[in-house]
Amino acid sequence: MNVWFILICMGLVTYAIRLSMILLLERVDLPPIIQWALYLVPPAVLSAIVFPELLMPSGMLYLSFGNVRLLAGVLAAVVAWRTKNVLLTIVVGMVALWVLQMVMP
Amino acid sequence: MIVNTNPHLKHSPRSEFIAGVRAILPILLGVAPFGMIYGVLAIGAGLNVGAAMSMSPIVFAGSAQFVGVQLIHSGVPGMVIVFTTFIVNLRHILYSASIAPHLARLSRRWKWLLAYLLTDEAYAVTITHYNQAAASTVESAHKHWYLLGAGLTMWSTWQVSTAAGIFLGAQVPSSWSLDFAIALTFIALVVPALRDRPSITAAISAGVIAVIAADLPYKLGLIVAAIGGIAIGLWVKARQASNTNHNQRADNQ
Repeated sequence: MNVWFILICMGLVTYAIRLSMILLLERVDLPPIIQWALYLVPPAVLSAIVFPELLMPSGMLYLSFGNVRLLAGVLAAVVAWRTKNVLLTIVVGMVALWVLQMVMP
Repeated sequence: MIVNTNPHLKHSPRSEFIAGVRAILPILLGVAPFGMIYGVLAIGAGLNVGAAMSMSPIVFAGSAQFVGVQLIHSGVPGMVIVFTTFIVNLRHILYSASIAPHLARLSRRWKWLLAYLLTDEAYAVTITHYNQAAASTVESAHKHWYLLGAGLTMWSTWQVSTAAGIFLGAQVPSSWSLDFAIALTFIALVVPALRDRPSITAAISAGVIAVIAADLPYKLGLIVAAIGGIAIGLWVKARQASNTNHNQRADNQ
């Protein structure tokens, strides 16, 4: 699929969701199970992207101290957990990746 | 006796608009760097300047744009990208539903415009303001201008910071492995949000399923993992709820 077509579909989907309830309903209370499902969307989707990125950097499971992306990612997770600072997490993770890439053969 | 209680004098469209702009200003300190990071990463992921730039007005949703760029970079098929965008942005249904009663009497044109501006940030400041206003004073007839002020300020900041990031990104050599910064951004967003057992279980099981299902065709593993993670998280939540009920019943006896 063409990149532009993807962009436009992404935009339409996003806009349709934002517009949906404003047009459809004047007052609505979503059932608790839906609210909980929506609350769980970010951790589920983002982890589903991050885990393979760290554990399978070249498409195969690579559990080893030679996996620099895994090491840098785990360090970044610790920084994110302790500081809740997005920018600091990215900086520490990138610097760790560069240093490890230089140190590891 | 009582002088000047007409709310229209106190709440003009102009004053509401400015109040909305003011309310969102502090949040922009966090938004601007995020927009710049997006710009840098979009270029690092191989998008051309035109597509990277257009994504901000067309999609106008930070996390969906990050996810989209990452998936385009890894060659995920368009249908899967669009469906993932749908899942990532599903939370906006909550915003849309909760803001709907406040916009109910507006014209279609206003609703269509304000829906476009309904980002996490604009929603957060606006609904806070509406809830406070509802508790204290007479409702302003112009309160939709508040959302317009917050939304347009957010929009302009996102476009400008994105463009600045794209300009910077074009100067960064690819040997810097900047694509990894997208994964780092997601880590930075997810880890602090893991506050309870359902979300922790959802995150870990989605990640594990994504690794196991990585070889599914069309990168469908991503969607299987997301839905699987959410389902398992919901199951943990339901078990917690039934345990509490059970304990309460035991206490009552």
